Amino acid sequence: MKQTEFLNVVLPFQDKLYRLAKRLLVSREEAEDATQEILLKLWSKNESMGKYKNVEAFAMTMTKNFCLDRLKSKQAGNLKLVHSNYSDENTSLQKQLEAEDSVSWMERIMEDLPEQQKMILQLRDVEQYEFEEICELLDMKPTAVRVALSRARKTVREELIKKHNYGIG
Amino acid sequence: MELGNIEKILEKYFEATTTVDEERTLREYFSQDEVAPHLEQYKPMFNYFSMAKEEKYTKQVPLKPRVNYYKWLSVAAAVVLTFGIYFGNQYQETKRLEQEKAEYAYEETKKAFDLLAENFNRGTEKVAYLNEFEEAKQKIYNNN
Repeated sequence: MKQTEFLNVVLPFQDKLYRLAKRLLVSREEAEDATQEILLKLWSKNESMGKYKNVEAFAMTMTKNFCLDRLKSKQAGNLKLVHSNYSDENTSLQKQLEAEDSVSWMERIMEDLPEQQKMILQLRDVEQYEFEEICELLDMKPTAVRVALSRARKTVREELIKKHNYGIG
Repeated sequence: MELGNIEKILEKYFEATTTVDEERTLREYFSQDEVAPHLEQYKPMFNYFSMAKEEKYTKQVPLKPRVNYYKWLSVAAAVVLTFGIYFGNQYQETKRLEQEKAEYAYEETKKAFDLLAENFNRGTEKVAYLNEFEEAKQKIYNNN
């Protein structure tokens, strides 16, 4: 497979890989590195790529595993992921300003979800994957996916309602 | 989209029983400017999802290595091999010529030495007459 061919195959979903990586790793730099790593891995396997009937699903699974491994090794090393995507939240003024910004609020809420729920919410509500695809990607039973998704959505709702009440009151 | 319907879908949404299409309806509804006041709180959620999908991976991936590298390695090997054989042959050739030249020179020198030796021998033959003369001279001396 030529380089241009490969890029054409990868192009439709490389943003999805990146967004999933960013959802899990939070830091933009980390997510970019992870995506690059995955794409290079795919490229090195490009001879056998014809064998996978769904390259996108394969790449998504690779990304998921890669990021989870990454997180595990970070935790084991007692390191916190460093990211500068949002600015220092210690100053109260900053905090107030950011509280206004519902987007960064949502981001914060999503960050606090357990990893599995994060991924499901990302795959379903952001990328609009079908349930079967999510089951396959995450190696989960359909009912488990539904339960986790419902739980994730409800958590987000609760947090938003809390924030909404603060915001108005 | 009527409000009652949206509320119904929303309820299903939180039970995770909506289809992708229904979820799209929700996103579309919440992307409008005016949303029913009691649903206002969900707006950030759906807007965030729509927005999150916009994020792009902008980094360029350096895809050069490996495959191309090996290809060029074989080309380089082939070039080296061809040059090797070509110049190797040339070297053998010059060596052979040199050897031939050396042999020829050896033969010629040998011939020259042979000639010299022959002439020397002829010289000594003539000198033999001188011996004769010497003998005669000794005889004369002895007689006196």
